[in-house]
Amino acid sequence: MQAKLKVSRFDPETMGQGQRRWDEFELDVHPSATVLDALIQIREEVDGTLSLRCACRASICGSCGMRVNGDAKLVCKTRIVDTFKDGETIVVEPMGNQAIIKDLVVSLDPFFDKVRQVDPYLQPDAEPDQGEFVASNDSMVNLLTAMNCIMCGACVSDCTVLEVDEAFIGPAALAKAWRFVEDPRDDQRDERLKELNDVEGGIWDCTRCFKCVEVCPKDVAPMDRIMEMRDMAIEAGNTNTPGYRHTESFNKSVKKHGRLDEARLAVESAGYTNVPRLIDLAEIGIRSTLKGKMPPIVPHKADDKEKITRIFERVESERK
Amino acid sequence: MYKHDVLIIGAGLAGLRAAVEATRLGLDVAVISKVHPVRSHSNAAQGGINAPLTDRGDDWEGHALDTIKGSDYLADQDAVEIMSSEAGDAVIELERMGVIFSRGEDGRLGTRRFGGQLVARTFFVGAITGSAILHVLYEQALKHGLNTYEEWFVTDLIVEDGRCVGVVALDVKTGELHSIWAKAVIMAAGGAGRVFEPSTNAIICTGDGLALAWRAGVPMMDMEMVQYHPTTLARTGILLSEAARGEGAHLLNSEGERFMLRYAPQYEELASRDVVSRAEQTEINEGRGIEGNVLLDLRHLGREFIEDRLGYLQEVSVEFLGIDLAEQPVPVRPGVHYIMGGIKTDVDGATIVPGLYAAGECANVSVHGANRLGANSLLDTVVFGRRSAVHAADYIKSVDAGSGSDEHLNETKSRIQSLLDRAPNENWAAVRNFMANEMTKGIGVFRDQRSMEGAKAAIDNVDERINKISVQNKGKVFNTDLIFTLEMEFMADVGKAVVHSALARKESRGAHFRTDITERDDENWLKHTLAYQDADN
Repeated sequence: MQAKLKVSRFDPETMGQGQRRWDEFELDVHPSATVLDALIQIREEVDGTLSLRCACRASICGSCGMRVNGDAKLVCKTRIVDTFKDGETIVVEPMGNQAIIKDLVVSLDPFFDKVRQVDPYLQPDAEPDQGEFVASNDSMVNLLTAMNCIMCGACVSDCTVLEVDEAFIGPAALAKAWRFVEDPRDDQRDERLKELNDVEGGIWDCTRCFKCVEVCPKDVAPMDRIMEMRDMAIEAGNTNTPGYRHTESFNKSVKKHGRLDEARLAVESAGYTNVPRLIDLAEIGIRSTLKGKMPPIVPHKADDKEKITRIFERVESERK
Repeated sequence: MYKHDVLIIGAGLAGLRAAVEATRLGLDVAVISKVHPVRSHSNAAQGGINAPLTDRGDDWEGHALDTIKGSDYLADQDAVEIMSSEAGDAVIELERMGVIFSRGEDGRLGTRRFGGQLVARTFFVGAITGSAILHVLYEQALKHGLNTYEEWFVTDLIVEDGRCVGVVALDVKTGELHSIWAKAVIMAAGGAGRVFEPSTNAIICTGDGLALAWRAGVPMMDMEMVQYHPTTLARTGILLSEAARGEGAHLLNSEGERFMLRYAPQYEELASRDVVSRAEQTEINEGRGIEGNVLLDLRHLGREFIEDRLGYLQEVSVEFLGIDLAEQPVPVRPGVHYIMGGIKTDVDGATIVPGLYAAGECANVSVHGANRLGANSLLDTVVFGRRSAVHAADYIKSVDAGSGSDEHLNETKSRIQSLLDRAPNENWAAVRNFMANEMTKGIGVFRDQRSMEGAKAAIDNVDERINKISVQNKGKVFNTDLIFTLEMEFMADVGKAVVHSALARKESRGAHFRTDITERDDENWLKHTLAYQDADN
């Protein structure tokens, strides 16, 4: 089988930061070859200067995260025949949101710094006198979702928040945090939730774009983990945050009007006593008004708003 | 200048377990690894970790007996006694660190059955046990603020006055060479599966630790004992865990027969790995295979069970072969998986070179003898990783640091420069692929004098070519071309030790099955083979 690859190249010794070169390769590969097989074939037979990371070839070590035709993937489990149309060029680039060291190799230092930030180790108050901690099998199977994470960095690569906000702890590290929050053997649950709630770049910074869920090669679904932690943080009493107020205001508005009251949402998310933020919003309000983009002060109401209210009531009563 | 009390080479289970122990003992510890710790090959261990837990009716003697029988009596019984009797504490400790082991109804650790044992004493996390333990040990390393040299490649051990006092290593990201001094060095650099092709092993398993210790004068022991795992995927050699059979999967030949019932009526599919691999190879050789494979059948276990308990196997099978295990049997064959042989150590991980310890797959204590039982390798790493650290901590009390001289560093610098300066000639990959294919041919599931001599001829050929390998990449930053060339030299050393050890053993035992001498010869060969680098010259 023929495969056409276009590979992003960067050599810090001869090129300036931000520069790159595209090299094209045409190879004869095995019919069930993966993108990694093709890249290995290039470095072994065509161009020994190509640098990439890989180890296990079996989607368990997390080394070979790269962008393939725009999306972060583990190239070892990306079979050419399943992924690309016949003769389609396979474009391979290093992962995003991470500095390129050489060719397809990125620096994962910030990635692991973020992991470190969530105190990623079990913190029990006391250990059992003898034997293991007793815990239900279901509680352990639940943790398996996040323990499947192999720290490949694919979610971080394609995270749309990290693109604009370096402080965001990010999907992988937050999924790691979830693993301890949910572990019945850990005694720092409330402290962890409070920290993740309060800290800059914490659980409220996710914009729910679903990208991490889409690209995660191990079905960790980091965004779902983050959303679960938001609920848990609120339940644990962490309500003095823009994130919580935003959720509440959103809820209230839709329940009441069947539609979103955008002006009120902005003010209520900031908090009525948050003067600096309110001044910011006033400025934004003036600029929006001048451009005719100011949302109505008295919100529009949905035609069937009673139906929507009933949906809310039903969901609320079922939750109880 | 980089300087520590204890330097650990390798950040898999053995290395990290040693590091956690040494840190707890208050030492200045560092781990150096050519990959980030969580990329280590311990990840690939799927099925579980054995431990006879006495508080639930098991006894260590039973585990020890199974291990010794499984080893075809080559394992050292004192070492096995230590491993079996410390196993319970080791597993409980991992659980307390945070490993999410599967549980029973009562909320206590649950087990599955593994090969070569009639008792279910294998503790597990789905089919990702190695990965789940590795990540937890990494968490512990972060908790203790362990020093790590990540993506640093060790090129040489520094031996002064007969003592190991540090290493010379290449920082892969910068391409700079450095000396790192330590009063004791623990080698935990993993296996050497890449000496063979195909192999279940990661591309990083190139026997670096084995070769480094060998060059420092330590013998490699029982290197002919290369384990062929019975269930590896066709072509790529990717592993499908023994856990599949532990949970009830069957092996079928082309006639749909469960042939293991014939070969091992008592243990059936869960006979020890050497036995199952030979049975499969016999079926294939006698024309009852399917394109060089037999079939692993999980269909009767049901989709839900497969996805819950063997999820990673399903993932691998679907992703790499497009086979849904709940619908179709998957073709498998014996493939190189593990090397029982390794750096000769005592039960505290000490080698004959003071200051040099070894643990994990690169070491040979020996607890696996001629055939390792499934789920004993993880146990080996944590038990002897810990013991090496304890012993090293004691040893360093009475020794001084090395000289701090630049002599070793400069030697390595000029050696690597001359390697980079070589005129274009051989390519490391061509040499490696040739050697690895010939090794599998010669030192296979079945072997004889002629096949082993074939492998020896290949190794001799490699010996001639290896000094002609040229490095295409002359740059410094992340020069994997250079790393692979250095790894090739390590692999050639390991290959040499394997071939000479295999030729030396004039009997069949465990994984070393000779079709020209089919009997085990306890009278003459109930002993280890030792390969020294000097002996060859």
